[in-house]
Amino acid sequence: MPESNAGILPDLLRRHESEILDEWLREIGSLGLRRSDVIREVDLRTEAKEFITALREAAQSGSMDPASPSWKGVREFMNGISRTRAQLGISPSETATFVFSLKKPLFNRLRAALASRPDELADQLWLATEFVDKLGLLTVEAHQRSREEVIQRQQQDMLELSTPVVALWEGVLALPMIGTLDSARTQTVMETLLQRIVDTGAEIAIIDITGVPTVDTLVAQHLLKTVTAARLMGADCIISGIRPQIAQTIVHLGVNLQDVVTKASLADAFALALRRTGSTITRR
Amino acid sequence: MDRIPILRMGPYLLVTIQVDMHDRLALTLQDDLTARISETGARGVLIDISSLEMVDSFIGRMIANIAAMSRVLDAETVVVGMRPAVAITLVELGMSLPGVRMALNVEKGMNLLRTSLGDGDAHATPREGGDDGQEA
Repeated sequence: MPESNAGILPDLLRRHESEILDEWLREIGSLGLRRSDVIREVDLRTEAKEFITALREAAQSGSMDPASPSWKGVREFMNGISRTRAQLGISPSETATFVFSLKKPLFNRLRAALASRPDELADQLWLATEFVDKLGLLTVEAHQRSREEVIQRQQQDMLELSTPVVALWEGVLALPMIGTLDSARTQTVMETLLQRIVDTGAEIAIIDITGVPTVDTLVAQHLLKTVTAARLMGADCIISGIRPQIAQTIVHLGVNLQDVVTKASLADAFALALRRTGSTITRR
Repeated sequence: MDRIPILRMGPYLLVTIQVDMHDRLALTLQDDLTARISETGARGVLIDISSLEMVDSFIGRMIANIAAMSRVLDAETVVVGMRPAVAITLVELGMSLPGVRMALNVEKGMNLLRTSLGDGDAHATPREGGDDGQEA
């Protein structure tokens, strides 16, 4: 028997592949990790089988370190498992336990093979434990990575969605602000608004702050900047959607909104904008 | 040395800044424009800065000054055609040009001048600029 630093695991995996697989599946079942509500029995079996096969192939390289290049296939496979499981709403600890449950069948095999040599058995058990632990941690990391990707994508979406400029009427633009206004957001909002003013030739822009949770001095300053920039382009701004609480805050903070027309609701602001553009709406 | 041309159009003066403004040029324009206003008795001045791509605080202040001087000489002044990037720069520089009337383009600027001067030929342009004055 070849004695390398990989121990006898590769050898065991090769000779007892199907036994290990069966035992593992039983183990998964007994631990209640089958999750038949979201994963089909057949899929679980295929997954486990593919996993063992990938393990066996990678183990033939002689190295039992999951971080080494020959284990690339296994790592990718585990990334895939973690990702699909994360999407199915399975917790990372469940996914990790799924991998950890491989220990029992492996240990059983080791014990059977080395029953007469307890010292060697202890060594090999240690190697196997380390190996499976590393695999388990890989799944946790992959799970976390896939979550982070989701968060990042959502942040991007939010930034894009939260700064729309809509044309309400000929010459009237509306800018419904949603979420907190920081410097970066203000910059985006300002650029989009000014560009739209150029494109549409609008003379009135209504900035609706119904969706802005709090207005402090900084947010007010950002708002005033936007208003001023629009004025420099020849468009008048109306700020609407000021909630009673926010009106109180603005006054308490001593923010000067004297030079800006403010309205309580978007409807009021729109009515004013229509009057200014010389349009009237009548009920038929 | 080149100068910025000042065109006369009826009771209005039209200034189109087609080159990059440098400081000397801005000062010359200030001299020329005030001289022309008193000479012609113009009632309105329209300054088109749509070709102006770069501004600094000095040019910003010159624009504000020129507008203020024209007003002192009893000529309504409208600055038109500011680019978005220029507007953002001025705001970031803390210059909001208070008291200067702005319009998006020459056409809207002209309408603004006509309505604010209550011109007899205001009806020639049936639309726009409306009854701003009556709004509270």
